[in-house]
Amino acid sequence: MAGPLVQVEKLCKTFGAGETAVRALADVDLQVGAGEVVGLKGPSGSGKSTLLNLIACIQEPTAGKLSIGGETVWEGHWRVPDLRRLRRERIGFIFQFHNLLPFLNAIDNVALAMTLDGVDRTTARQRAGALLDYLQVGKRASAMPSRLSGGEAQRVAIARALVNRPQVILADEPTAALDSERARVVMDLLRQVAREQQAAILVVTHDEKIFDRFDRMVALRDGRIEQEQPRAA
Amino acid sequence: MNLALADIRHKLGRFVLTCLGLGLLMAVALSMVGIYQGVVTEALALSRSLRADLWVVESGTRGPFAEASRIPGDVREMVARLPGVAAAGAITLRTAEAQAPQGTIRVQVIGYEPGRPGGPSVIATGRGLGGTRFEIVADARSGLPLGATLLLGRYRYHVVGTTRGLVASGGDPLIFMQLRDSQDLQFRLAPAAARRAIAASTGGGSTDTVNAIIARLHPDADPALVAETALRWKHLAALTDQEQSDLLTLSVVNRARVQLGMFTVVLLFVSAVIIALIIYTMTMDKLREIATLKLIGAPDRTIIGLVLQQALLLGGVAYVAAVAIVFSARDVFPRTVALGPAEVAVMAVVVAVICLLGSLVSIRAALRIEPQQALGG
Ligand SMILES: Nc1ncnc2c1ncn2[C@@H]1O[C@H](COP(=O)(O)OP(=O)(O)O)[C@@H](O)[C@H]1O
Ligand SMILES: [Mg+2]
Repeated sequence: MAGPLVQVEKLCKTFGAGETAVRALADVDLQVGAGEVVGLKGPSGSGKSTLLNLIACIQEPTAGKLSIGGETVWEGHWRVPDLRRLRRERIGFIFQFHNLLPFLNAIDNVALAMTLDGVDRTTARQRAGALLDYLQVGKRASAMPSRLSGGEAQRVAIARALVNRPQVILADEPTAALDSERARVVMDLLRQVAREQQAAILVVTHDEKIFDRFDRMVALRDGRIEQEQPRAA
Repeated sequence: MNLALADIRHKLGRFVLTCLGLGLLMAVALSMVGIYQGVVTEALALSRSLRADLWVVESGTRGPFAEASRIPGDVREMVARLPGVAAAGAITLRTAEAQAPQGTIRVQVIGYEPGRPGGPSVIATGRGLGGTRFEIVADARSGLPLGATLLLGRYRYHVVGTTRGLVASGGDPLIFMQLRDSQDLQFRLAPAAARRAIAASTGGGSTDTVNAIIARLHPDADPALVAETALRWKHLAALTDQEQSDLLTLSVVNRARVQLGMFTVVLLFVSAVIIALIIYTMTMDKLREIATLKLIGAPDRTIIGLVLQQALLLGGVAYVAAVAIVFSARDVFPRTVALGPAEVAVMAVVVAVICLLGSLVSIRAALRIEPQQALGG
């Protein structure tokens, strides 16, 4: 398909109504193409998480237009009947807090995302295991989330987001809990996924050490895009 | 991977404790059902054991269980001669306090003539009554073993046989003795004044009073027809065994039955509310996990399956515990807890339905959880 995988046009999000309304996003335009890794930065409360949630179809926009893979997802109202299926098949989401299911071990947390998509359990576990190995947490595959360190849990969560080979990967501060060495490993992995799967990747980050790993950076301030700059280095 | 099982395994101790608590509650409900059934079984145990087709009692009464009935003993011969009657036997019935080796017990004494209808149909241990006087056959519920001595009034009786499950409608164990013994006993237990009055009148013949005559009919005889013939004697009334059974369940134990039935319904209702609450708590405890599942794209059927499977597992395990508890404790109950495969199966269905209904509210709540509730600290 032609055109960007993620296309955001004049997207707005207002929380609440009347006097207490909070305008989290105002007329945001953004495009992320296949194979592109885009960084999203901005001060706290500038609307980074909100933008990610809108693209992930977790929250509903107030105005504007959102397309994913060339298909209009929201324009005035949801245009896709099954949002969860859309998320399951096309979007990988890495949360700010890892959000692993506490009752499944690491490998099953990853494999679950595949079995929900109809893949049989053995195949799912094989791919989950390989992904965990690649992220250097293969040894912790059978550990429960409560036994994982913050960094390990984050890498398991990343594996879960990648396991279905989504077209769009959204990550909210994925490297916050990692040391710079591992942060680089994660960013390199995301870059590789972008190249190999021709995925569009949007990453919220504060971490200046990894700014050089992005194709370009987008800055938000008070819900508006402040500047778009080509890759710094 | 089964999410319901994985979550339960993750919080196994809590789940087991919940099941145990719920199991105890269900055990109470289940024994209620058993006691309800037991009251009916017990009410009919005596009349069933006597295998009577026809009960001949005092005119104007519906004896000998629902009302008191006294008729002369020689009525037995008249009844025996009625067309259609195969055999007839005179019986006496009275409740008494007796001294057993283990203490005072309350028993229902039945007097009958060995060889004629009125005795126990099955002897569990020992033998039935013979010609010797002061012998008794006692039901196991009395706690009297073979060879034990029972003091009743002024007399001592020896246990020569035991029966199983023969109790009066109030739950008192049955003691069978010879008609002559029981008539003596009734005479002896009567107030001194009455004793003197009886002694002053014609003598031996007048103490030949019984409470009922029971008759077995020829297979081709119609009980209603024979009853009609018996009614021609003005001082008698007659009831078919069906009428007697109806009388016992609908009149004699009716209050107890309705009371227990209502109590059972209340208990089931309470169980339903508690099950619904437990399932709701279990579901809301997983609010964040359910939101996460929705976030990673789990369809509604995954969420419904999770709640429903846990509800059924909870109900199932608790019910198994309840059945185990009731069956291991049923002998401790003073009255019969009549639970067969049918009752256990029906209750299993009731529990399943309660669990299904109880999870409806939780399923509704779970489906309303927004995926974004998984975000944030
Ligand atoms: N669910 C919500 N309800 C009300 N206000 C919200 C909600 N989520 C975010 N906001 C507000 O929207 C603005 C942007 O928040 P957010 O996207 O979380 O910022 P960031 O991730 O850049 O720190 C903030 O002012 C925040 O208070
Ligand atoms: Mg944020």
